[in-house]
Amino acid sequence: MLDWGPILLTAKLAAVTTLVLLVLGVPMAWWLATTRSRLKPFLEAFTALPLVLPPTVLGFYLLILLSPASTFGGFWVDVIGTTLTFSFIGLVIASVFYSLPFMVQPLQTAFEAVGRGPMEAAASLGATRLDAFFTVAVPLSLRGFVSACVLTFAHTVGEFGVVLMVGGNIPGRTQVISIAIYEHVETLRYAEAHMLSAGLLVFSFAVLLLVYSINRRFPIHAG
Amino acid sequence: MPDSSLDMKFRLDHGGFDLDIDQSLNLSGAMAVFGPSGAGKSSLLRAIAGLEPATGRIAFDGSVWQNHETGQYLRAHRRPIGMVFQDARLFPHLTVAGNLNYAIRRAQSQSLRDDVVDALDLQPLLDRRAQALSGGERQRVALGRTLLTQPRLLLLDEPLSSLDTDRKTDILPYLDVTLRSFGIPALYVTHSVEEVTQLCQQTLVMGGGRVHAVGPTAEILERLDLEPLTGRFEAGVLVNATVVGQDTRYHLTQIDVDGHRMTVPSTAPMQTGQDVRLRIRARDVSLALSMPSGLSIQNAIPGTVTEIVTDADSAFAEVVIDLGHAHLRSRVTRKSVDQMKLQNGLPVFALIKSASFDHSES
Repeated sequence: MLDWGPILLTAKLAAVTTLVLLVLGVPMAWWLATTRSRLKPFLEAFTALPLVLPPTVLGFYLLILLSPASTFGGFWVDVIGTTLTFSFIGLVIASVFYSLPFMVQPLQTAFEAVGRGPMEAAASLGATRLDAFFTVAVPLSLRGFVSACVLTFAHTVGEFGVVLMVGGNIPGRTQVISIAIYEHVETLRYAEAHMLSAGLLVFSFAVLLLVYSINRRFPIHAG
Repeated sequence: MPDSSLDMKFRLDHGGFDLDIDQSLNLSGAMAVFGPSGAGKSSLLRAIAGLEPATGRIAFDGSVWQNHETGQYLRAHRRPIGMVFQDARLFPHLTVAGNLNYAIRRAQSQSLRDDVVDALDLQPLLDRRAQALSGGERQRVALGRTLLTQPRLLLLDEPLSSLDTDRKTDILPYLDVTLRSFGIPALYVTHSVEEVTQLCQQTLVMGGGRVHAVGPTAEILERLDLEPLTGRFEAGVLVNATVVGQDTRYHLTQIDVDGHRMTVPSTAPMQTGQDVRLRIRARDVSLALSMPSGLSIQNAIPGTVTEIVTDADSAFAEVVIDLGHAHLRSRVTRKSVDQMKLQNGLPVFALIKSASFDHSES
């Protein structure tokens, strides 16, 4: 018997995380792609941290940050009335940090490939920077957007360590697929573990297949 | 067409390269911007367009585009300029029509659309993807797209330099007609003497980030002191002349230069009394001290030596001959200068081996 709870929760978490990261990651990636500031390497290093840190380190500091005893976590409790740790919102915040490079890096690469040329042409035709961004930079980096969103979604689906530390294992609230699999294995319910694991395997393969097929079929060359 | 004025006093520091401009220009028609590589020609255009943040003042027809004293700075998209880049910069995700509409939508006027499509012959290209166009077609679309923004000043940054000679020959008439019929003043960066003489009545010479001279193209071409900067021109002059007759049997046209008769080969029909311009290269002009006879050269015109420029590292010297109003330049060996005892004020005959018509009307 397949328990849909963790699957739906995982999908919801990945979707919300992707949307939040789209809003945060696009300006960050644009800034990184166009700036000549000396601060650029600092932001780049910060963005790449989740790639090299053990999830436990990230999870540990996020736990401290989100806990009601901290300034931020305490402020959240005062305003909203619920704690961030062991909640869905807490998971979203953790996932946003954890998946940040998967949104920012493909976008930055795509924006860099667009370059200054088309943007200058747009400006000379009377387009404001924002106008030129949406009508020239975005269409020219469509491939980067698809890659970034799909990879962010898939990576969030596959996270484990950070979720475990920040969200724990509360069915219906924080128990995502990877945690559910862990629990099934711990309790020797291999049949259920198989179902979820195989499902995740197929899903991940399908997603990556989609990314690579899109890259092949729609080669949008900027420049 | 009334002249437009472009007043510039600005500096642009570009990591070791420094542009320092203090120049007011009266623009009507196209003005060539000429000079060696690294002279700052592109940077000048980019600063005017607002694509490079120059420090100083730029005003066009009385409206201030930037003034660092008052902190005014009109961003690129708000300056009424049309820029055509060397690499066209069409939007590859749009069709040709899409590229044109991009400009129309932002100009909020499509009154020029049909005229531009006709003038540049864009109708057959409209449904094509920008990426599927040839180099010459791209530049035509880029020029059309720019015109649709209804600019008051065109900035053309070597628009033909990436094309081979055949393509250039194809697109030059379009450029010529367009610049004339839309009546928009233009600054035109180029290395090509054909483009300068065909398209530009005025020429501005740059070198080392500074403006060295501005004036009528014919005069600028004659100035020997500018040669280090205009060196890419093949030395020669542009001469104004009048057609006085045509010999269709020999395909020769008789013209009048400062009261002197010349015969120039030409197969194109010309009207008697028509004003023409001739381009005469310095190496096609020899000198004689008396009127020679028994030569194949048809044209021998009397004049006076007014300037001799020699270079000890070269076998050749350049001699300027005054014909009354017009000038000729002659390239002779330094040995000839000494043997003929050429000096300023000496009357000579200029033997013109060949000359070609310059088909832009001045």
